[in-house]
Amino acid sequence: MGNEFHIVVCGSIVPDPLQTLAPQDGPNGPILQNEMMLPAVLDPWAGHALYEAADLAAKNPGSQVWLVSLGPKAKLQQVMMAVSQKAPFQLVVADGSSSGFEDSYETAKVLSDTIDGIAGLDKSKLLLFGGWQSASRGSGAVMQMVGEMQGVSEQFQGVDKITVGDDGAIEVLERVEGGSYQKSVVDGAPAVMGWATGELPEPPNNPQIGMQNMQKNMPALQQAKPADLSGSSLSFASVEVPQQRRETRIVKDASVDEMAQEIVEWIKG
Amino acid sequence: MTVLFLAHTECDGTLAKVSLETLTAAKALADGMGAELAVGLVGADVAAAADSIAACGGTFFAVTGPAYNEGLYSTDIAAAEAIAKACSAEIVVAPATSRYSRALPGLAIRLGGRVDTHLSGLNVVDGKPVAKRWFYRQRMEGSFTRDERPWVLTLDAGCAGAFSGAGSADVTAVDADISGVRTRPEGMICVSEDEQTIRPDAEILLVTGAGWTKKQADGEVHVAEAEDSILRFLSATKSSLGSSKSLVDISGEGGAVISFLTHMHQVGQTGATPRHAKGLSTCCHGEEPHVVGWRFINERRAINTDAGCGWAQGKCDVLYVGDAFAIMKKVNELLG
Repeated sequence: MGNEFHIVVCGSIVPDPLQTLAPQDGPNGPILQNEMMLPAVLDPWAGHALYEAADLAAKNPGSQVWLVSLGPKAKLQQVMMAVSQKAPFQLVVADGSSSGFEDSYETAKVLSDTIDGIAGLDKSKLLLFGGWQSASRGSGAVMQMVGEMQGVSEQFQGVDKITVGDDGAIEVLERVEGGSYQKSVVDGAPAVMGWATGELPEPPNNPQIGMQNMQKNMPALQQAKPADLSGSSLSFASVEVPQQRRETRIVKDASVDEMAQEIVEWIKG
Repeated sequence: MTVLFLAHTECDGTLAKVSLETLTAAKALADGMGAELAVGLVGADVAAAADSIAACGGTFFAVTGPAYNEGLYSTDIAAAEAIAKACSAEIVVAPATSRYSRALPGLAIRLGGRVDTHLSGLNVVDGKPVAKRWFYRQRMEGSFTRDERPWVLTLDAGCAGAFSGAGSADVTAVDADISGVRTRPEGMICVSEDEQTIRPDAEILLVTGAGWTKKQADGEVHVAEAEDSILRFLSATKSSLGSSKSLVDISGEGGAVISFLTHMHQVGQTGATPRHAKGLSTCCHGEEPHVVGWRFINERRAINTDAGCGWAQGKCDVLYVGDAFAIMKKVNELLG
């Protein structure tokens, strides 16, 4: 027996991890230097969530995937040109800041309100996917709040694997300390899954999927509503990059034995 | 006003070190703000844990029972909600364990408050709480406050001294409603002690890079030799093992793989940022992502064939320019 899921993936864009980042004061708090000029990518954990969602939908005919994203729509459009080639999904956009300094509650509120506006979404079939962390704020808090706002109390974070049974029950492996997993079973949707890396490799580009996606997603980008993130009293006293330059001693003319001996002495303290 | 320190017990009924550290921070916050300290404990049986911190001077509340031994979101948030409401907490301070990192952000919604997680510091300035945390994955640290209450806060490990002060605690039992929970726990999947390679409490972190699986001077790859060398080092030192992203991603690219490495070993921008006293990097190269992964490693040494490596220069204390295969083989011999 098949299971139909309505999978909503929450995911935004972040600066390319290889970029050097520095903060500066903006009109409403800290921002990144040259923020709009920095190349952006889909947040890595949101990407894993999206690929897992597409895989789950493919295995369960009748299922649908939406990618709900809060970010500047001009930057989103650039990133989605690449992401759209990876997996089929319907993009839903809230046009606003994807800054890591935005309040996690305000972000969750916008995402939840945006989900409420998805036509045809059956919340009894809802699986709310997203990254358990992000490469921006890194709070690991947004998905839980979106879930609570949606009235979904069966939640899982640091998920690496889910297995759906014929009866719709979902077995979940969540990361815990020390490289271990917590295993549990929820009796079915609705549920929240904050993904770690999952087990799927990044899908190869498929231009055909990309064309199909962008036919739907370009209108979604054009119709994106401005997001209001101004409701927080969060105020920053400072944001700084720590200056930790070390005086590196280069050992290059010593023998293997000498280097090994020095390392062992250092290890033994 | 009440500051609530909230913690769950471990499987053996004790409190984790990070919980004791968080209690120190919560108590200092309450003292600094002139607030009452409440202690909320969750677990199958919290009596021993409560007694172990009885001297903190707080008023104790607890949700107990077999259902609270496992760390399900739905049961943990119900317990936390019941305790927070029982003591009318305006600030909730909890350890950022995997269990509470999972559950407590949702508590803010249930209480009508706000949450800030993974704090690296918590102080009182002019009578107001001021929190510190990292943004953009340990790239930059911010100091901030907010007016919304209740304010739920989780504190990362290593940010305060562990509280010590046993006694006899008088604990008020609190009931939580878990009648609607649809998830059942199925236990833990743990690697054996001999096979465990991720050890958060280890003295040393060994980081492996993609060089271990590249062609060596003889034109061949030597993955079996690399695995043996890495495992012998881990066995001898009981170090924790980390990996660069490029190495754990090699499996998806069809390259030779270190069989025991998974994405859970990954450190850096898109992986973990572990805390260890010493770190030894082998066959790694790179720049910003490595800075993030090594943010909380105190003493850093690296073995690398490139003396001009952008990661090593200015970011590690000693760079050994040489063949990691040869050097680690000798290190293992010396370690016995």
